[in-house]
Formats: sequence, C-alpha cells, structure tokens
Amino acid sequence: MKHIYLDNNATTALREPALEAMLPFFREQFGNPSSIHWAGRAVGDAVDKARGQVAQRLNCLPEEIVFTSCGSEGNALALRGTAEALRDKGNHIITTAVEHPSVLNTCQFLAKKGFEITVLPVDGNGMLDPARLEAAITERTILISVMWANNETGTLFPIEEIGAIARRHQVRFHTDAVQAVGRIPVDVQAAGVDLLVLSGHKFGGPKGVGALYVRKGTRLAPLIHGGHQERNRRAGTHNVPGIVGLGMACELAGAVLATNAERIRGLRDKLEKGILQRIPDAQVNGHPEQRLPNTLNVSFAYIEGEAVLLFLDMKGVAASTGSACTSDTFGQSHVIEAMGIDPMMANSNIRFGLGPDNIEEDVDYVLEILPDIVQRLRDMSPFYHEQGKARKQAVKSA
Amino acid sequence: MYTDKVIDHFANPRNVGEIENADGVGEKVSSSCGDRMKVFLKVEEGIIRDIKFQTYGCGAAIASSSMMTELVLGKTLEEGLALTNDVVAEALDGLPAPKLHCSNLAADALHEAIRNYRETKG
Repeated sequence: MKHIYLDNNATTALREPALEAMLPFFREQFGNPSSIHWAGRAVGDAVDKARGQVAQRLNCLPEEIVFTSCGSEGNALALRGTAEALRDKGNHIITTAVEHPSVLNTCQFLAKKGFEITVLPVDGNGMLDPARLEAAITERTILISVMWANNETGTLFPIEEIGAIARRHQVRFHTDAVQAVGRIPVDVQAAGVDLLVLSGHKFGGPKGVGALYVRKGTRLAPLIHGGHQERNRRAGTHNVPGIVGLGMACELAGAVLATNAERIRGLRDKLEKGILQRIPDAQVNGHPEQRLPNTLNVSFAYIEGEAVLLFLDMKGVAASTGSACTSDTFGQSHVIEAMGIDPMMANSNIRFGLGPDNIEEDVDYVLEILPDIVQRLRDMSPFYHEQGKARKQAVKSA
Repeated sequence: MYTDKVIDHFANPRNVGEIENADGVGEKVSSSCGDRMKVFLKVEEGIIRDIKFQTYGCGAAIASSSMMTELVLGKTLEEGLALTNDVVAEALDGLPAPKLHCSNLAADALHEAIRNYRETKG
C-alpha cells in the first residue's frame, strides 16, 4: 500500500542534506563545543555556523539566537523568563484563546503565581482583532504573546500590526512561530517582535531542537540554570547534531521557500476545492485568505473525525484531527471551540498538512477516496438519515 | 492502538441500517463525547430475530455497535438485557482505556430498545 503523508503540521521528514550535515557530529566530531581543546573547537565552529544559518532565516543577529530543545521549551522560556525578569514592572500578560497548549498552559501556571492573563477571543475564521488587543493593554502589561500561524487551522495573525501596537505601547511582544518558520517568510525586524519561537522538526530539521530569538537588550530569566551556554540563557551541553541539522534546515528552507510555498499552496487549493465540490455539507475552518499555504482544516456534517482518519489511514493516508474522542484526548479542540464552530462540525474536523514531498497524485488520491469514506460513515450515522427524512418531509409539505 | 477485531468491525460493520416498523427502538447519547447510537429490533417470541444500528461516533463506537449486534442476534431478550459493556469490549479483544466508554453506548442503546419493545409491544 502506498503511504501518503499529509500531517506536516505535526512533524516533517528530516531533509536529506540536514541528515548528512548532522551525521559527523554523532561520532567523529563528538567534542563539547564549550571545551577549548581541538575536539571542542571544531564543534564550536559548527554550532556558530548553525547559529548564523538560523539568524539569517529570521533576519537577526547570531547572538540573538538561543538554542532550545523544542518549541514548547522556547515558549516556556519566553513566557516564564519574561514574567520573572519583568515582575517589578507589571503582572499582566495578553494572549489569545487559540494559542498552542505550551503557551496557554504556561499562562495558566503563571496565573497561579499571581500574573493576570487576558485571553483574547477570535472570530469565526479564527482571526484576532488587533484593536481589541490594543484596548486590552494596561500600565501593568509586560507581555503580548500571540502566535504567528495557528497549528490547527493555519490562520495567520496580523503579526506586523500587532508588533506596531506593541512598539507604540512599549510592551514586549512574543510570537510562537513554530508553524510559520520555513513555510512563509518570517522577518523579526519587519514583524517588530522581541521573542520568537521556532522548532526544527516542523520544517525538515530534526526533532529535539528549536530556537528562541531574543532581541538584543531583552531581559530574560533562564529556565535552566547551570553553565554559561547560550549567554547564560539556557544552560546545558549543546545538542550539537540537532543544532547543526536545524541550521541546515533553515538554510534549505530559505533557498526554496517562495517556490515551495506556491507549489504547496496550489496543491492545497486543489485539495480544498476538490473536497468542497465532491462532498456536500463540508466546510473549511480557518481564514479563507490569511492562512498558511500548506494547511487545510475541513469538517463534514453528520460524522466524526476520528472515524474518517481511521479509514484514511487504512488507505495509507496520514492526516490528523484535533476534535472530540481522538486518539488520546477528550473534548473538542480549544481552537475550533474558540471559533464558535457548530459542535457537530467541530467533531469532524480533519487537518491536512501538506509538505514539500507531496505531489499532485497525492491530492488526486485523497480526492478519489475521501468522498466514499465520508459517505460510508454518513450511511451509518443517525443524524444523516434524520436530516434526509426531514428534507424529504420539507419537500413534500412545500 | 486498536485491536484487529475493532478494525474489522469498524471497517466492515455488521447490521448497519434501520428496520422499518421495528418492534423496539432504543437510543443512547454519550454525555462525555457526544457519540450517539440508535438500535432497531425485530422480536419474535422473545427472541431478537433482527437487529440494526446507526451510530455517530469514533471507530470504537462503531465497532462496539457492530459487535453488540452480533452478540445478541438470535438471543433472548433476557440475554440481551444481561449483556454488559465489558462483554462487548472483551469481545473486541479490548479497547484503549480512553475509549472504554464507547462500548457503554452499545449495551445501553440495546437495553433502551428492549425496554421500548416491552413498553409498547410487551
């Protein structure tokens, strides 16, 4: 059976050149980059090179990059590090209802420590109103934390506009850009962000490594105390192979970003149009235009998402859902819920995340099998039969 | 995460559908996840002669529904009432812990259908 991977928002395959770049650092070049001898120096150069590659991707200085272990660590360091460092200035943090759990749960943790958290709502497209954000700023506000691209719907927030608001009010601005980096242009200068989080495995790098951009002059308390690595912002021996792989993934993404994004957008749009044409009572969740080029979140009335995923999986297609009764979590996705989507539609949302390895045949294959899968499940669903009868009844009485 | 039996009953569910003029109809909605099952019975001399189901839910809910119908087709109403969620789950070679509640749906909807039969026809 052929395998088609359409879950690139969850993780991506490591790019071949990134793997090649990493391999020597598992064995031949094993030194600790903090050591001054020959074994350490060579490896130190490799870490410096990777720092430069990441900095170039974000349009910042190499010394503004802090290597981390993952996106969640980056978000925790940005939020808790700011809360700790600016405690004397205020205790108010502004975020949104659709952030990644690593942001929302860290905010909840900070709320228990006495911080006041404003959670901004989004509209039906998952979009944030910048005017509402600006109105929420008080004298006690120390941080605005707003994601660049949503992980479930791909909706893009107006980051530059929010950056300008943050500037105007001199409030620090953190963005979780885990889904954005490597998929769309990300420029920390243009965006006016102070803290930005990325994760390697979301765009062809390895798992277990990420980075936090910290604008020069930004006070931040460390989460991990210890040695002097990362300018005292993140102690711990460097994950050298991971860092090298992340650097290479940044370089690769930069070289082909524009062409890749347009090609992937074409495939995503074909998939989206094809689904809406072939399957009645389907809807796209997320902003129609302001959306990542690779992401499609779609719902089907009368059926549940997990069942769709299982049938897709049996046919070799890997996609995902954030909806009710999924593999290991209960309850609806907080993102879909915040968008005010009808509960039945919320229960069936499926996320397709395309990547650079996908080809048109992959989309054609999904369009070939998905209508039958949805119909099979609808044929089993009491809701589907009841609406059919109600429709017939309405036709009769009219 | 699902056993082969769950996948089999999910992919090839037995007794899906509706019985016209059913002798008993039962329904159950899960309060925890919103899954919903409808059961239709044809009863002759205290024996379940035909059974059909419609289910809105996840793979575990659909497989549990299908397995339940297989377990009670041709059995007496008493045997149907004695069917527990645990028996349905065991017949499927088990369900993942977070999905155990899905098997509740099947036995509960069946019991509702039997009660409905007894109230209206019994």
